[in-house]
Amino acid sequence: MAWYFFRRVLQMIPVFIGATFLIYFMVFALPGDPVLAMFGDKTPSPAIVAELRAQYNLDKPFIVQYLLYLGGLFTFDFGTSFSGRPVSDLLASAFPITFKLAMLAIAFEAIAGIAIGLFAGLRKGKLFDASALVVSLLLISVPTFVIGFVLQYVFAVQLGWVNATVGQGAPLKDLILPAIVLASVSFAYIVRLTRTSVSDNLGADYVRTATAKGLSRGRVVRVHVLRNSLIPVVTFLGTDIGALMVGAIVTEGIFNIKGVGGTVYQAIIRGEGPTVVSFVAVMVIIFMVANLLVDLLYALLDPRIRYAK
Amino acid sequence: MTQESSHTMNATTAPTTGRPLLEVTDLEVSFHTQNGIVNAVRGVSFSLNAGESLAIVGESGSGKSTSATAIIDLLPGTGKVTGGSIRLDGTELVGISRAEMEAIRGSQIGYVPQDPMSNLNPVWNIGFQVMETLLANGIAKSRKEAEAKAIQVLQDAGLPDAGKRLRQYPHQFSGGMRQRALIGIGLSSQPKLLIADEPTSALDVTVQRVILDHLNTLTRELGTSVIFITHDLGLAAERAEKLVVMYRGQVVESGPSREILANPLHPYTQRLVAAAPSLASRRMQAVKSHENVAIAAPTAALDLTLIERAEQREEAATAASPIISLRDVTKQYKIRTGGFKTELFTAVDKVSFDVHPGTTTAIVGESGSGKSTIAKMVLKLEDVTAGNVLVDGTDVTAIRSAKDVLAFRRRVQPVFQDPYGTLDPLYNIAQTIAEPLVVHGVGTAKERTARVRELLDQVSLPVSTMSRYPNELSGGQRQRIAVARALALKPDVLVLDEAVSALDVLVQGQILNLLTELQSEMGLSYLFITHDLAVVRLVADSVCVMKSGQIVESATTDEVFDSPREQYTKDLLAAIPGAGIELGA
Repeated sequence: MAWYFFRRVLQMIPVFIGATFLIYFMVFALPGDPVLAMFGDKTPSPAIVAELRAQYNLDKPFIVQYLLYLGGLFTFDFGTSFSGRPVSDLLASAFPITFKLAMLAIAFEAIAGIAIGLFAGLRKGKLFDASALVVSLLLISVPTFVIGFVLQYVFAVQLGWVNATVGQGAPLKDLILPAIVLASVSFAYIVRLTRTSVSDNLGADYVRTATAKGLSRGRVVRVHVLRNSLIPVVTFLGTDIGALMVGAIVTEGIFNIKGVGGTVYQAIIRGEGPTVVSFVAVMVIIFMVANLLVDLLYALLDPRIRYAK
Repeated sequence: MTQESSHTMNATTAPTTGRPLLEVTDLEVSFHTQNGIVNAVRGVSFSLNAGESLAIVGESGSGKSTSATAIIDLLPGTGKVTGGSIRLDGTELVGISRAEMEAIRGSQIGYVPQDPMSNLNPVWNIGFQVMETLLANGIAKSRKEAEAKAIQVLQDAGLPDAGKRLRQYPHQFSGGMRQRALIGIGLSSQPKLLIADEPTSALDVTVQRVILDHLNTLTRELGTSVIFITHDLGLAAERAEKLVVMYRGQVVESGPSREILANPLHPYTQRLVAAAPSLASRRMQAVKSHENVAIAAPTAALDLTLIERAEQREEAATAASPIISLRDVTKQYKIRTGGFKTELFTAVDKVSFDVHPGTTTAIVGESGSGKSTIAKMVLKLEDVTAGNVLVDGTDVTAIRSAKDVLAFRRRVQPVFQDPYGTLDPLYNIAQTIAEPLVVHGVGTAKERTARVRELLDQVSLPVSTMSRYPNELSGGQRQRIAVARALALKPDVLVLDEAVSALDVLVQGQILNLLTELQSEMGLSYLFITHDLAVVRLVADSVCVMKSGQIVESATTDEVFDSPREQYTKDLLAAIPGAGIELGA
């Protein structure tokens, strides 16, 4: 197990370097000159341009820029954004909010999705199952921003249960509605995945054997159906943690949340290499750690993986 | 087929000892399907006394498993008991509540399932799965007590050092060990009745015998009544006092096993008795030992085949140079043992044998003996680590260019075990059979269609099969298609890797006959790979017995059966189900 963990961490290193390199290169290759863009319509003096270029290492060849940036990372120097704020400040203000939002979303989709999926799977072909299928299909096919605006209108504007937008410091109660919107599509997939998995497992030979042993129906479902059914669901949840962190741009826009999505979007528009790459680097790390956690959880659920050499 | 042929001692009448333990009367089970209601079990009756054993025999789809699972209300899918009664110790089981049935399962009726690979939950350790049974049935009150009892249960089931194995998971157990664990679970609460649904059909013959012997001992000690569900008449007769023969959902014959075997009354039972390879092989033995005794009735085409084959063998013995020749062939695999370390595993160890043109060489061995690896090397699907595989004098390793490889494949074709997995479900039968012709660019579309018709005729399938799809065909029909596909390119050699192992006895007999006919018509050579010695006698001219990658004995079929030299071969022979039955010839 320790060896497995160690190997997985080792694997992260090339992935991290490769991902940051690619992102850095793509930002570098964006058309337009970021320094000139800072001045808008005005034409800056060549001296100031040269100075700014030197300040942001833009005068050096691409590979040198990248290595300087990578070197900075190891000393926790993420560079400075064009607005003059250190990138680390931006990270510190954006990530906690998005993280809170994503965790709420994950909690919602995991708990509600698995519960509804389980009941649908146990009552396959019945009314509950059919409605779960219809609702989940609806959630998957309607774009997130439509669901977002509708829920915002109904619960915030009409019913007044929650605030329409997220206030300063992003308090938890303001984030509940955005989290549900953010989770809606994944929630629908989890319902369907759990349902299929549960109904497949119900037909498994070992479930019949468990029943034949004299176990009660409740115990058979809890012990022999649910755990086995969760294995594919956990895999999905793991990749989804990363996706939720990154994919919150639309939801953050609707509810006016100052999170990662909006910040990165602005940075890309301005061609701010260090800001974009730093955010992406953190996302890559989150993605990899989430995947590692899932694989460990996976091994916990499935001994065949735990003991595989 | 509706009337039931009964023997003098009818199984359904209660003997003098009083009320039978289990009484099934006029049982009806039906399934809801898209095409309406299917009556899978129609008016089945049988009874069983305490301490007695009974076997329900029939081919797949005969309703034997359905009847048995109806007893503990474990019918699959939409299955429902629609009539009749099942009484255990006088208590009616049909129509009782879920909770009442839960109380009966495990503690009063134990169950041993068919496939040890899929019947243990892979995510819980063995100990847990035994302990929860003991706790659920009130045999143990605390976890500690349950653990102690679980060790006892597994030890009784024949698992050595059960204490250590408690924390192991199913995937760390071999098939035989899993089946022992399942038998342990089935008997753990000392039920009055044990239902064993094909308990060993997924295991090697030698393991099969040990496990059945053990099950026998255990149930006799505990005084448990046993219902065996099996398709193997030999096994049934050997292990059970009473037989119930089922065909299409009905009981066609029932009574004491030996009596039915010696004198089957119903035509279906007669066919079953005739087709069981284990029994046919046994009859052959009887004929050979008393040369002058004529076979009581040459009931079976198989018996005739056997006699013919014995004659043919004499002729084939002095044949020309071998078509396949293995010389000190070794195959090693690298196995990762953790970290970056690997270990060499020798799957096939310096194996040499010949296959002569127009004859059949059988390779017999248990799973893991390396027999399928040999098949793959002869088919050039696996590389040879050392030694030479010569086909018609050419070393297969030396065949490199794509063109030569194609030419080689034209001559050597495979038929594999699983007729469900080896046919593409999206190809219709005509496309399936014609595919090798297309790949090898043989003929025009019209000629290929003609060839497909010809091939279907050779494997005795109607031309109308051409437009059908694999899922519309039975296992036997599919295996005929697989044979037709293998023959499409007019090969010299067929490599048959467990080609009849997945089939019902009657179908098995048909396919074996077909193979024999094709061989004499076309002069084909077969490399016949199987774990089933009983089948070998019907088809093979010579036999190689394999164990752990090596050939331990290699001789003509008659020599192997009549005077086996190695202990291992003797064990294998003794393990053929029904080998211990005396046939009242």
